[in-house]
Amino acid sequence: MSGPATDAIPARFKPGDRVTVREAYPLGHLRTPFYARGATGVVERLCGAFANPEELAFNRPGLPAQPLYRVRFRQAELWADYRGPARDTIEIEIYQHWLEAAP
Amino acid sequence: MRSHHDMGGLEAGPVVPSEHDYAPWEKRVDALMMLLSARGLLKVDELRRNIEAIGPEAYDRMSYYERWITSITQTLLQRGVLTSDELGRRMEEMKARHAAEQAQ
Amino acid sequence: MSGQPHDHHVQGHHDHDHDHDHPHAPPPDADSDLTYHQAMELAVTSLLLEKGVFSADDMRRQIEAMDARHPGLGGKLVARCWVDPAFKARALADGSAACREIGLEIGPLKLIVVENTAEVHNLIVCTLCSCYPRMLLGLPPDWYKSRAYRSRAVHEPRAVLAEFGTHIPDDVEVRVHDSTADMRYLVLPRRPAGTEGWDEARLADLATRDSMVGVAFATSAG
Repeated sequence: MSGPATDAIPARFKPGDRVTVREAYPLGHLRTPFYARGATGVVERLCGAFANPEELAFNRPGLPAQPLYRVRFRQAELWADYRGPARDTIEIEIYQHWLEAAP
Repeated sequence: MRSHHDMGGLEAGPVVPSEHDYAPWEKRVDALMMLLSARGLLKVDELRRNIEAIGPEAYDRMSYYERWITSITQTLLQRGVLTSDELGRRMEEMKARHAAEQAQ
Repeated sequence: MSGQPHDHHVQGHHDHDHDHDHPHAPPPDADSDLTYHQAMELAVTSLLLEKGVFSADDMRRQIEAMDARHPGLGGKLVARCWVDPAFKARALADGSAACREIGLEIGPLKLIVVENTAEVHNLIVCTLCSCYPRMLLGLPPDWYKSRAYRSRAVHEPRAVLAEFGTHIPDDVEVRVHDSTADMRYLVLPRRPAGTEGWDEARLADLATRDSMVGVAFATSAG
């Protein structure tokens, strides 16, 4: 639970932007869930900038801080076999370095 | 590769609405995390990383605070706050003291 | 509290399914046994006390603070939202600021309040570990940390909700929040019918822990 940091990378995305989660599988301590990788959603809000947990996990400062977003996905985008209504969604916090602009 | 702790979307059985009153030793483990974190001797993401490093079989076998004390201790060893030798000796002392108390 | 010196409960509440035996499982926790991990806790705590990292008083105060946190704190926030639309708007915009406004001590908590409406039902989970708004609800229940909940809440939320007796119609969106990073989440449940004119203290009791996690509705009036 790190506080917002002052030494921060500028935010690239804004609410409403379509973004795709990078489909990457590096070693280390990651806060991007496996099931979300490669999925495309919409930025719900920018939460601020936070020290990078992938660095904090090794007792390094994690600066400059990464912008953190809440991204909203349609459940059907994440699970081919999703059984609920098409309107169901999920929101996940994702750091900027895991996101790419989607068409 | 998916890590063992990263379980969103995997098949699993029904959610059993289990809960228990936390035991004193479990509360002390939780307090250890808070105290060490406040003193800059442990970062929450280090705690998580060392939990994730527990082998899958052990991860599933251990209770929640068993995983935490394992991870907290691992972090303290990594940071040089504790040494394995003093830890091992003190654990033996604690077991001996407990056994002596039980024998009374 | 059980008042017992050892933890007799945990053995039955491991975060895994119980459909197979573990050949390397430790023996059942007998009264007189100090488990390996309990011995580790005692050893670590005593070494840190000895090294002056913290005092026994620090430890005691930390546990007292932990014991003082309970769902009534979250309930206080919910009740204020129910009676004061302007406050609710502020809480939805900045949950942490709203907590501080009504005197809730939340430390560095970054809170997002998500509102249940006629159109949306929210559900909170942490698939990667056990992130939980402990400053407002106390320590999480075992089920919240279980493999079953963490695995399934994101993939089949309606089935999980049904297991809690909470049935969401198909024309209501179920919105799951996976608490993966720095924010923590609290569900603002819908205010039960028949509570017009109730004072905040009485309303706060209707906002149960489970309703603020989203697995249940607020308790009905009467």
